[in-house]
Amino acid sequence: MSESASAVEPTPGKNVRRTSFNEGTGRLAALLLSPTLIVLLLVIGYPIISALRESLYTSGGIGDDGFVIEGTRFVGLDNFAAIFSGETGDRFWNAFYNTTFFTVTCVVLETLLGVLMAMVMHKAFKGRAIVRASILIPWAIPTVVSALLWKWMFQADGIANAVLGTQILWSTEGWQSVLSVIVADTWKTAPFIGLLVLAGLQTIPDEVYEAAKVDGASPWKTFTRITLPLVKPALLVAVLFRILDTLRIFDLPYVLVGPNKESVETLSILAFLEANQTRYGPAAAYATLLFVYIVVVAYVFVRLLGADVIGDARASKPKKNGKSKDNQLPPGTAAATASGSLAAGGGGL
Amino acid sequence: MAQIAAEAPWYRRWLPLVGVGLIVLYCLVPFYWMVVSAFRRPSDQFDNSIIPKRWSIENFTDVFQPGTGFGRALLNSLIVAGTVTILTLIVGMVAAYTLARLDFKFKNLVLAIIITTSMFPGISLVIPLKKLFSDIEWINTYQAMIVPSLSFALPLAVWNLTAFFRQMPRELEQAAMVDGCTPAQAFRKVIIPLAAPGVFTTAIITFIAAWNEFLIAVSMVNRKDISTANVLIASFTGTSGRDQPFGSQMAAGVVVTIPLVIAVLIFQRRIVAGLTAGGVK
Repeated sequence: MSESASAVEPTPGKNVRRTSFNEGTGRLAALLLSPTLIVLLLVIGYPIISALRESLYTSGGIGDDGFVIEGTRFVGLDNFAAIFSGETGDRFWNAFYNTTFFTVTCVVLETLLGVLMAMVMHKAFKGRAIVRASILIPWAIPTVVSALLWKWMFQADGIANAVLGTQILWSTEGWQSVLSVIVADTWKTAPFIGLLVLAGLQTIPDEVYEAAKVDGASPWKTFTRITLPLVKPALLVAVLFRILDTLRIFDLPYVLVGPNKESVETLSILAFLEANQTRYGPAAAYATLLFVYIVVVAYVFVRLLGADVIGDARASKPKKNGKSKDNQLPPGTAAATASGSLAAGGGGL
Repeated sequence: MAQIAAEAPWYRRWLPLVGVGLIVLYCLVPFYWMVVSAFRRPSDQFDNSIIPKRWSIENFTDVFQPGTGFGRALLNSLIVAGTVTILTLIVGMVAAYTLARLDFKFKNLVLAIIITTSMFPGISLVIPLKKLFSDIEWINTYQAMIVPSLSFALPLAVWNLTAFFRQMPRELEQAAMVDGCTPAQAFRKVIIPLAAPGVFTTAIITFIAAWNEFLIAVSMVNRKDISTANVLIASFTGTSGRDQPFGSQMAAGVVVTIPLVIAVLIFQRRIVAGLTAGGVK
């Protein structure tokens, strides 16, 4: 390519030519990418900005003079101030706590179960087809249907109580409804994590395990020193997506337990209920806070653990001499480790 | 020593099989319970026998009674999910091909944007769009459900398709262009037919995601005749918890799920490849 020439003799003139070459490809790429980017701008960019703006306004309500206020009013940060104070403050922090609790508990359980499932599937030589088919079924069932299914099983005289020999009213406020949501969520998504981890496991060459065996490593040591580090990239991406997915959890508690249940009310449900009463200002404020929360969690996760989210896509990109230019990523997504793309894409080895 | 060597394969052979059995049970038992409950007679709905004593399709005929509007809701779901899938594929294919083949300056940035957009919480998009749609009188229309659904379907499809296009050797287009094709022709006449399996897999995954969508559908529509099946089933709920028609809900759940289960069983190999290549849900 022409880069080799410019690398030999990096004169300003050659640099200009190279930039113009890139610009030509760039223009074509921009043209071809524009439909996607425009759609994303309209359905994601616009709402995010609009929610921010909306959260600074209020609509409806009763004015100082006792009349219903028409139209919207700019209230600055009042919506946010209201969220953090008094009764609404309690409700917000409760929803915040529930959201966080669901996320931590579900993701930990799902990851442990998922890794275990992946290890079993990786070892199994018989019955792979049937296990693959059955593992996709919880994934394919709509969340709403699985919520109703678990609601039915957790009925007062349902199968769960019959099997456990208990008389628990699962859908009432308290730990039991929280537990039912956790069970239902784990059932649906642990197999999915298993599937992604299995793909990571399959990229580890047998020679590595043979070498460990020759060196006399115990199974536990093989697992912690070889398997875990090598599936880490695939696992981290799966866990990150599960975390972000659980932070916005809505369908499951809403359908399984119901709206206005303190024990399982999440930030998404809270915002949804506010919007349903056409109180768009507070609703947008809740949604914005959830958005910020998710961004912070994603940022911290990627920074601390170095999840390489776009590793696979970058791996096949031919390296150019301007290496620094390849890393024009927003901070957070670029935290690639050396082994970043090893297992994330599958077939890297 | 010889004894240990003989014993090790014994449990090594059986333990994974037991594990596989447990995983299959874990995944299928709740699903089995839904199917079995749907096929019970409404009169012995609360009978907890593992195999129903009397099988009946009464729950299914109940669901399809004219008054329930369930048939219409299925059609609505099909319209919404189908349109989302087709739009997404048309728009996403071009973008994915660009990302897989062209080298340009901000490629990683674009990839990062697309993957980031799929992480946004649905509710922060739904609230402003709901307000916008009530201003322009889009509430209770199909487009009010289709347009916001692109927000999760498009990144998913672009990501999957990029992975598929990248697996195809570059020599394919080069050969076509040597034979006198323009790049656009090479894309249309060589790449698209060869990428058909990948496109098809992406279509299934996108369709399943759109078919399973709930938050947008429940926010944008409050009229029964335009609701999707998911929203309608959830609203089958009786006035109090006690008289919730679980039998018909399970039957409706089976009807909504069976097409997906069949698709999963037929295309399992492709779907697994698509899901793991995409690395995203």
